[in-house]
Amino acid sequence: MAETLDKVDVVTVGVGWTGGIVAAEAAKAGLSVVGLERGKNRGTEDYQHVHDEYRYAIRYELMQDTSKETITFRNTRDERALPMRRMGSFLLGENVGGAGTHWNGQTWRFLPYDFEIRSLTEERYGEDKLGDDKGYRWQDWGITYDELEPYFTQFDLTIGLAGEENPLGGSRSEPFPTPPMIETPMLKLFKDAANGMGLHAHMMPSANMTQQYTNPDGQTLQPCQYCAFCERFACEYDAKSSPETTVIPTALETGNFDIRTQANVVEVLTDEDDDSLVSGVRYIDTLSGEEFIQPADIVVLNSYVFNNYKLLRVSDIGEQYDPETEEGTLGRNYGYQTFGGARGFFDTQFNTFMGAGALGAGLDDYNGDEFDHSDLDFLHGGNIAVTQTGSRPIATNITRPDTPSWGAEFKKETIENYTRTIRVQGQCATTPHKDNYLDIDEDYTDAYGLPLVQLTYNFTDSDRVRTKYLADRCGEILEEMGANEIVVDEEIGDYDIVPYQSTHNTGGTVMGDDPETSVVNNWMQHWDRDNLFVVGAGNFPHNSGYNPTSTVGALAYRCAEGVITYSEDGGRLED
Amino acid sequence: MSKDEKRFSRRDFLKTTGVATGGILGGSLLGGFIGYNFDQSPPATEPETAEHGEEASGGDNHHTGYLFFTKHSDRETIEAAMERIFPEDDLGPGAAALGAAYFLDGQLAGDYGSNTKEYMQGPFYEGSATQGYQSRLNRREYFTLGILKLNEVANEEHDADFRALEPEQMDEILTLFQEGEVDMGVPAHTATAPEFFGLLRTATLEGVYSDPIYRGNRGMEGWKMKNFPGHQMAYIEQIDDGEFHEIDPQSVAEGH
Repeated sequence: MAETLDKVDVVTVGVGWTGGIVAAEAAKAGLSVVGLERGKNRGTEDYQHVHDEYRYAIRYELMQDTSKETITFRNTRDERALPMRRMGSFLLGENVGGAGTHWNGQTWRFLPYDFEIRSLTEERYGEDKLGDDKGYRWQDWGITYDELEPYFTQFDLTIGLAGEENPLGGSRSEPFPTPPMIETPMLKLFKDAANGMGLHAHMMPSANMTQQYTNPDGQTLQPCQYCAFCERFACEYDAKSSPETTVIPTALETGNFDIRTQANVVEVLTDEDDDSLVSGVRYIDTLSGEEFIQPADIVVLNSYVFNNYKLLRVSDIGEQYDPETEEGTLGRNYGYQTFGGARGFFDTQFNTFMGAGALGAGLDDYNGDEFDHSDLDFLHGGNIAVTQTGSRPIATNITRPDTPSWGAEFKKETIENYTRTIRVQGQCATTPHKDNYLDIDEDYTDAYGLPLVQLTYNFTDSDRVRTKYLADRCGEILEEMGANEIVVDEEIGDYDIVPYQSTHNTGGTVMGDDPETSVVNNWMQHWDRDNLFVVGAGNFPHNSGYNPTSTVGALAYRCAEGVITYSEDGGRLED
Repeated sequence: MSKDEKRFSRRDFLKTTGVATGGILGGSLLGGFIGYNFDQSPPATEPETAEHGEEASGGDNHHTGYLFFTKHSDRETIEAAMERIFPEDDLGPGAAALGAAYFLDGQLAGDYGSNTKEYMQGPFYEGSATQGYQSRLNRREYFTLGILKLNEVANEEHDADFRALEPEQMDEILTLFQEGEVDMGVPAHTATAPEFFGLLRTATLEGVYSDPIYRGNRGMEGWKMKNFPGHQMAYIEQIDDGEFHEIDPQSVAEGH
């Protein structure tokens, strides 16, 4: 029998970036907030021995324990979905800070085009261009870039974003809080070559600090030392903005926020007297196995894409999407990313082992609708970048396509290439498709007896041509950079859950202005439960050609404002 | 002709003649071991290591006791295979001298070996390639089966255990595993030869390049060959100076 605890104003399910942001804003506004985190507590003191590729990058020390919970996967509906028994394609976070602990810090704002992609495409190219007949489901987000801009800025200030003006991005109301990262020889080579071709390369926006920075909440971050252990690692020096160096201490300092760790939420409870409301959540203490009910006036789901979806589904909130009839919205428009790039081989040796997670330069000339798509079989594109995130030896074994994957030749070439190649890469948007969606699995369960999330996903034809188009552009830039030899990526095949690609999963709980095609409104308020908010990259109706965290942060700040407004006035926020 | 028939005919051939001419299972055998003495006992495989040198520094862990293996021959089998994957050459030591087999021994004894953080609930089915690892075996069981099969195939082909073979013969057999030409004796959803080869290859690179606290990468010689400096607190002073830097590597254990 579950024990019922004292009611609080707000409960957040998950304490990473979005949970931390909502908790900080709500707690500052005087609301009592409890953060339920299934993992353990952790902070900078736990990261002092983190320069260990094997433990952290290969064995995923900071990531989700997939023995307890994972997903099942299949490319198409006629296949049997099977468990992702170990992580590969993407790395799910766990513990306080979530994936915000082990991110790189590459912090791009999505483009104005992204938020109104359907309307703007139709306006420029006509409705046919959208490919509705091919199963593509581009839709507007129910919000514009201009409406989101103040929240982007709020996130930039919180994390002390370092960068330089992007001539092609959306306009910024405030300059970057801190100057860009160091332009290393590799990045200079890329920028000079690209800009010589008339492109617009600039230093990537970085949440690795370039100077000591104190944010508006009074949290201080230290200047990055370029130690080259960022992604998959945590920063031992408070030099990477993460939830546990910014919003979580801000929330805790108010005295209105409690983090309850080892608390795995298994159900969102609908109010027994009014099914337009939720009454709280049920969770399991993962140490004792005891069950608790945490009543709250407002529930905010701040878990990752998959678990935000799952909690709604197992709690029977909203209607599951059916790819046959396209009825229901929960689970629709799952999205991912592809990478189309080229590798250049040089005589020069570069200090590839030095770096930082967001040390890079990029350009948007082939992103969004910055280039004419009239004669192209795809929409959108991707940001093209060179990054110097720090190559490490277990994971970095670069060969030419015909070299054997082991033996003397392999050894010689991988050692030689370790410091002598540069990859130019497009991070490509993907097209939402009616057959790409989330459901729950009927055969496999998690450690608490709940079904696993079932992912059905494959790349679309438009994804293949978009990715190849970007790869070819990357090859052109490398030629200009003076590479001796250039290997351009082949066309991508089927989506494969094994090799690491990107932890940029999106969709399933999408936002919009129409309850027929979205799960939440543009305040991340659930259409069917007024006091339930769901926030994260799951809100994206499609995935853009950028890293998602800036847009996730902006949506979380908007959600936090919605939570505070709701706590005062109640009701529907879209009215 | 099925794969099994192919192997049977070859084994028969070897049994009756005692001499291999190559070309039946693959071309690279030819000439490699004509006149090879199949009764030759296993060579002393204890590798030269940095153990006795002056290279040992922070983090080096040369303990050679076993945490998982129960006999020398199993470690020697793995070590011989790893050495073919990452051989000694003019650039520096191979996987054997770097202690990669001892690295694996330690890993198999822990979370890695028992797949502690992986989803191991049934039912188990053979998936498509894009669905990834679907075996009911954990890595300890997988490697145990793999060692058995390496020796079985070695004996079928050359009447000797794997670790006793010539390098070219080992390469031939490893290629059979890599290309799925070996029957693991269990259903494909339980284990396949390419998947075992993949595990072995990955473990080799991990053993060669992980921090020496894990018993591989002895003397940080793996890192030195590649010019990876390991655990360093800062590169901020060097990163933009236009020079290429060779920096003495350091283990994460430095300063403990």
